[in-house]
Amino acid sequence: MSHNAKDSRLWSAQDAPQSVSLMDSTLASIWNPINVFLEWFGEIGIFIWQVLRATVRRPFEGRELIRQLDEVGSKSLPMVALAGAAIGAVLALESRHSLIRFGAKAMLPAAIVFSIIHETGPVVTGLVVSGRVGAGIGAELGSMKVTEQIDAIEASGVNPYKLLAFTRIVACMLMLPLLTLAADFAGVATGWIATTLAEPMSFHKFLHAGFAGASFSDFLAPTFRTMVFGLIIGVVACFQGMRSQGGTEGVGRSATSSVVLSSLFVMLADVILTKLILVFFP
Amino acid sequence: MTPTEQAVALQAPASGENRAAETRSGNGAGPAMVLQGVHKCFDAQVVLNGIDLTVGAGKTLAVLGRSGTGKSVLLKLIVGLQKPDSGSIRIHGQEMTASDLEATNEIRKTMGFLFQHAALYDSLTVAENVAFPLRRHSKMTASERADRVKELLAGVGMEADLNKMPSDLSGGMQKRVGLARALALEPGILLLDEPTAGLDPITSREIDELILKLQEERDVASIVVTHDLHSAKTIADRIVLLHEGNVVIEGSFEELEKSDDKFVAEFFKRDT
Repeated sequence: MSHNAKDSRLWSAQDAPQSVSLMDSTLASIWNPINVFLEWFGEIGIFIWQVLRATVRRPFEGRELIRQLDEVGSKSLPMVALAGAAIGAVLALESRHSLIRFGAKAMLPAAIVFSIIHETGPVVTGLVVSGRVGAGIGAELGSMKVTEQIDAIEASGVNPYKLLAFTRIVACMLMLPLLTLAADFAGVATGWIATTLAEPMSFHKFLHAGFAGASFSDFLAPTFRTMVFGLIIGVVACFQGMRSQGGTEGVGRSATSSVVLSSLFVMLADVILTKLILVFFP
Repeated sequence: MTPTEQAVALQAPASGENRAAETRSGNGAGPAMVLQGVHKCFDAQVVLNGIDLTVGAGKTLAVLGRSGTGKSVLLKLIVGLQKPDSGSIRIHGQEMTASDLEATNEIRKTMGFLFQHAALYDSLTVAENVAFPLRRHSKMTASERADRVKELLAGVGMEADLNKMPSDLSGGMQKRVGLARALALEPGILLLDEPTAGLDPITSREIDELILKLQEERDVASIVVTHDLHSAKTIADRIVLLHEGNVVIEGSFEELEKSDDKFVAEFFKRDT
């Protein structure tokens, strides 16, 4: 055996554990995020199952549900209406120039109304509620979790999945369509104001032109898809809050992840539901 | 209010309440709590390694041990907040580990749990905190409930703070409200996680005397996790010392004090 061959073999033998550990760490760096991702879906699946199981049993927590309807609905209304109003005004200002350029100025009310009720109203509502309510639920439940208040509820023989999660999820589902209506209305109103400031037009005429050719399904399906957004926001925020750990830092993480994940899933659901609505309500 | 009066106030239900007292107190035959071979691990860390304990009605068991030895975990396993990896936990003869959620919740109604940091609901007032179990599990009218809440809070010397929020209370005051809440349903079993920690010596003594009175007059079976050796000596019939997941020694305070075991002697040295 030559000296070089011997060296080479020695080098390989010494280096083998190093290459194995390098391969292990590479595999781990690929596998770990996948594992975390799969674990998260598994855990949220179990969480949904526990909420569903709790749902069918008495008591139905009407008192807490009403409190949550107020928390999610009336307290989000100003923010949602403001966001809808801003979108309506911007749409009117931006669309006006484009439509004039293409000689379709008469289509401006319809463009504003359709754009708001079909897409911007529901999505803006979903994202605003994800931010306000998602963060609120994530932080509140996270704080309850790390201070053992959720354990105290459970120890007293009350199901926290029903008292805390079910009520918040249902409140989000019921309130999202109503908040969307508010955003739609505010958007259409400011759209009209922006339009009429450039070229005076009565609100009645604006609405007539805006809704001309619109059917009930144009309005109904996009509005009610926000129930799915509400479901997503409620489930994600409650889940992130109730699995919180690690003191105040953990509460902060729960609030942030609730907003990030629920916004992400709202946008994803929006794409899927828009496609489904186009298929079923062409 | 003397401790005797306090104990009477804590145990006296408001008129019109119709609850199955026997179920609550678990006065049936046999011990109130029996733990057999209870194991609990968190990842690779063995927290409890085959714990066997029995607590009879009207008896108090104090659990001592260094911080992080699984004393609080033991209480959480008993109340079903965590599941043991193996072993059996029987409450009034009913197996907790095999019970479904409904059955577990029924058993939980017979237990009062005082958390280490009280775990008061921070969005509710003091009175609402104490009323929470009554609202959920009793058929009391609002006025009966209000009377009962006042009695319970008077029992722990907190009757003047009915409408305060938990954030307005000191740690010791929160503990006392937590104790009143734990006693609201007249439980047959009390699980107390460091009940005298953070309390002044006078209040600590009053709490100890309350536990003794409940034990004597209502046959309440208690497990008290504590670092307070004086309190353990006062209230406990028996004491267990946990170390590295095992029961190092079990006996009366005097027996433990006389033990030749190095760890036990070390543990008791500070106070002796």
